[in-house]
Amino acid sequence: MKQAASEYGEFYQRDTSVQPPAYTPGYKTSVLRSPRNALISLQNSLSEITGPVFSKSELGPLDNDLIMNYAKDGLPIGERIIVHGYVLDENARPVRNALVEVWQANAGGRYRHKKDQYIAPIDPNFGGCGRMLTDANGYYVYRTIKPGPYPWRNRVNEWRPAHIHYSISGTGFAQRLVTQMYFEGDPLIASCPIVRTISDEEAIRRLVAPLDRNAFVQFDSRAYRFDVVLRGRRATPFEDYIQGAKQ
Amino acid sequence: MIDPAPTLKETASQTAGPYVHIGLAPKQAGFEIFEKNFSNVLVGPRTKGERIRIEGRVIDGSGTPLRDVLLEIWQANAAGRYNHPADRQAKPIDPTFRGWGRACSDFETGVYAFDTIKPGSVMGRRGRPMAPHINFWLVARGINLGLATRMYFSDETAANAKDPVLNLIEWEVRRKTLIAQREERRGKIVYRFDIRIQGPDETVFFDV
Repeated sequence: MKQAASEYGEFYQRDTSVQPPAYTPGYKTSVLRSPRNALISLQNSLSEITGPVFSKSELGPLDNDLIMNYAKDGLPIGERIIVHGYVLDENARPVRNALVEVWQANAGGRYRHKKDQYIAPIDPNFGGCGRMLTDANGYYVYRTIKPGPYPWRNRVNEWRPAHIHYSISGTGFAQRLVTQMYFEGDPLIASCPIVRTISDEEAIRRLVAPLDRNAFVQFDSRAYRFDVVLRGRRATPFEDYIQGAKQ
Repeated sequence: MIDPAPTLKETASQTAGPYVHIGLAPKQAGFEIFEKNFSNVLVGPRTKGERIRIEGRVIDGSGTPLRDVLLEIWQANAAGRYNHPADRQAKPIDPTFRGWGRACSDFETGVYAFDTIKPGSVMGRRGRPMAPHINFWLVARGINLGLATRMYFSDETAANAKDPVLNLIEWEVRRKTLIAQREERRGKIVYRFDIRIQGPDETVFFDV
């Protein structure tokens, strides 16, 4: 049982140097949506080291195929790509059974969302979302259409680099993470105020997925590789501090 | 045992953006794509415990409710045990209760809601019981890193007074920002929990 105990130790304190602060005036919306008080630091209890567990039975067979999961009377328009990688923790261990959810604009840069008014057309065969669970190695893979860049309201003429949104739910609620994946070579990345909320250049580089030629599918798709790292856990047994725990 | 030094850096967070619903709640974005959807209803007909609704708004520094926020909650069952292998307290698991839900605020009113049960008390660190509480995590456009907080219950005055986490908050006046108010509406129990991101009554957020 000791093995199981250490598998679910407390999380390492978050390394805030690689994370964006809450208040980042270059990204204007953050100004009124950022707490002004310091966060209260909490030693992990059961409330933080535990988290929801998801099962395959909750997902459908096409949930990780964005090319097919909303295709009505044809295929979506755009560049066919595969995106794949590993969800690991800070100890470089695979995070198994992590729920990975992705969402994105279509090839023209338009989201299928009632609040998106951009002039680019909706693609009748593209929904723009998918989800999957990582396997025993922490591996995930999905197929999609490369999203287009699009304009947004910040400064007058602001364009987001092409990106795919990620939401990852690991093995504990304190690991919960949302982020965005960018594409190697996109010239809009460097000047994006949302990317620039992060000051650590290496941390930004890790959000940019390189083209992965070894995973190309002949006459079908190119591929991008994107690994995600969630917070790691301490090896120290935690149960010692909990009265009434079953040994 | 010596903790291994972390070898990889955590992936940087980026805002969930205005269209978070597409990925995490596509029905709310206005389309049907998945057969099974995650929801804000945590209970089934056989779930044990007192049925409650949690309702509130998330309010920005100008006093305006966020109409594009996404919230998740994680909680113990009525007996005070989390449905997770790391929780080995000697209490029953309720197989009908995962303890997790996801909700979006209404695009017009900004009101969010969860239908769940009131959790029991969970043992905290060093054998100090925690008052019943629900863990919250929220993301939205303009939020660079998801915000974590906890909701406690107004009818648990004695337990709240001894709660090790509430007592960590040095400023007693700020503790009340985590206490949801119990109301009875047409025979149903509703806890009102507004989250203020900024301003004089800014909610306490945790670095968990």
